[in-house]
Amino acid sequence: MTGAATRTQPRPLAPFLLAAPATLLFVGLILLPLALTAVLSFNVYDYSSGVRNQYTTANYLTVLQDPYYLAIFWRTLRLALLTTVIAVLLGTPEAYILTRMGKPWRSIFLLVIIGPLLVSVVVRTFGWSMLLGRDGLVNHALAVLGLEPVQLLYTETAIVIALVHIMLPFMVIPVWTALQKLDPTVEAAALSLGASRFTALRRVVFPQATLGILSGSLIVFGLSASAFAIPGLLGGRRLKMAATVVYDEYLIELNWPLGAAIAIIVLLANLAIMLAYNRMVERQAKRRLG
Amino acid sequence: MQKNGPFALAFHTLIVLFVLAPLIVVCLVAFTPQNTLSLPWDGLSLRWFAAVFHHPDFVASFWNSARLALFSATISTMLAVPSALAITRYSFRGRDALNALFLSPLIIPHLVIGVAFLRLFSFIGATGSFGWLVAAHVMVIMPYALRLILAALNGMDLSAEMAARTLGAGEWTVFRRITFPMLLPGISGGWLLAFINSFDELTMSIFVTAPSTVTLPVRMYMYASESIDPMMAAVSTLMIALTGVTMIILDRLFGLDQLLVGKG
Repeated sequence: MTGAATRTQPRPLAPFLLAAPATLLFVGLILLPLALTAVLSFNVYDYSSGVRNQYTTANYLTVLQDPYYLAIFWRTLRLALLTTVIAVLLGTPEAYILTRMGKPWRSIFLLVIIGPLLVSVVVRTFGWSMLLGRDGLVNHALAVLGLEPVQLLYTETAIVIALVHIMLPFMVIPVWTALQKLDPTVEAAALSLGASRFTALRRVVFPQATLGILSGSLIVFGLSASAFAIPGLLGGRRLKMAATVVYDEYLIELNWPLGAAIAIIVLLANLAIMLAYNRMVERQAKRRLG
Repeated sequence: MQKNGPFALAFHTLIVLFVLAPLIVVCLVAFTPQNTLSLPWDGLSLRWFAAVFHHPDFVASFWNSARLALFSATISTMLAVPSALAITRYSFRGRDALNALFLSPLIIPHLVIGVAFLRLFSFIGATGSFGWLVAAHVMVIMPYALRLILAALNGMDLSAEMAARTLGAGEWTVFRRITFPMLLPGISGGWLLAFINSFDELTMSIFVTAPSTVTLPVRMYMYASESIDPMMAAVSTLMIALTGVTMIILDRLFGLDQLLVGKG
């Protein structure tokens, strides 16, 4: 968002009038509901009379002390981190391979990799539940190889596999964009000056990809930590993550204040990680530029 | 440019297989003549597609989703255009804050937006209203439209606008005759992206839809978490086909890589 296009004669009212409808909507329909939810998370709830007009920190204390919820937070954090690491390990080389492809193939495979972004998450998750099921294709393949069938569906492995699948485009896109700025002749120069393939990768390609990897992993981590459909359909009733437990509290237990407390914690954790990460990325960028 | 070695190509093949496997399996299973989720080894059948079209809930949800996406994509684009003009064409106090506010639904997990809307709707008694569902969708899809329109405005050559102004055209005329036509590809791309995102939205919708306004993804999620039969595969195949067609249109119009990867 550069200011390059700024008009020479400022008309102070015009931008406010132009942005007013959207601004009003965002205040009324994003900020206000969030504030209401924050208030709700401090409301007293009891099972006989529902939400009461009294305030307490008990919801937060319950969530942060009860081993049941702590285990869910820990699982969410762990699986989101694992997903991010795997997405980096698969997405970065794939983005690099894509940039080195010839003319028609590069755009075709870029579409193949990022096209599934437009397919509903429910559809893709359902696909994985068929592949990983007890009677699924993976177990059939194992049987053909003479191996024992494994329980994959309703395990953390299934959740991570599907999360990586959904998140891969979000990693490939920023790394690919970062690598677009890499002049291929620099790598060629490194090689002709006697650098090994590995050295060229480490000293030329990887530094260029770093910013892409950093912003990609931020998106992947944030989306994985709040993923809903995948743990919902592949985790079964037992393996809960943050989003599915909020759903349970709201629509099954009907304990809205407790659900609101978890949702607010998810939001704050997300924002905190994002801010810390942005700092880090900015430092990286500064070091690269300066 | 160096070529990819055999190891790199093998890795690439595995990734492509990994990406496509669940989609391919869904499409294959949809054609099974059996009652269980199985690959159609012995003959193809369209019975599960017929079942989808005779399932009143799925049909109703499809039309719900289509109407919802149509309304919310249109409204969000109509909001995004003036907002993008304000952000790119003027410098004013709070411009960055405004930009951040408009893009914030991309950062706030949809789960959180969903429970926030649920709270608001129960507060004002709007639960189950289609109009308020549209409003909720407008909020989460507007950033997609806005980003594309912002990029289009930033990349636009301003000389035509300036020429029109020098020749005495008023602001509205400049917008109607110059800016809007030049912006049209960005606007239609933003609209389509908003439409797809509304049509596919699950996590927020599951909190704010009522039985009469259930959208297709929510219906599919509910269905898949209770029973698993090949009908689900047939619905999914139809969704994949629909997305495929949209993708081809988008690609022809704008180049899908440009649209999804963006110019930063």
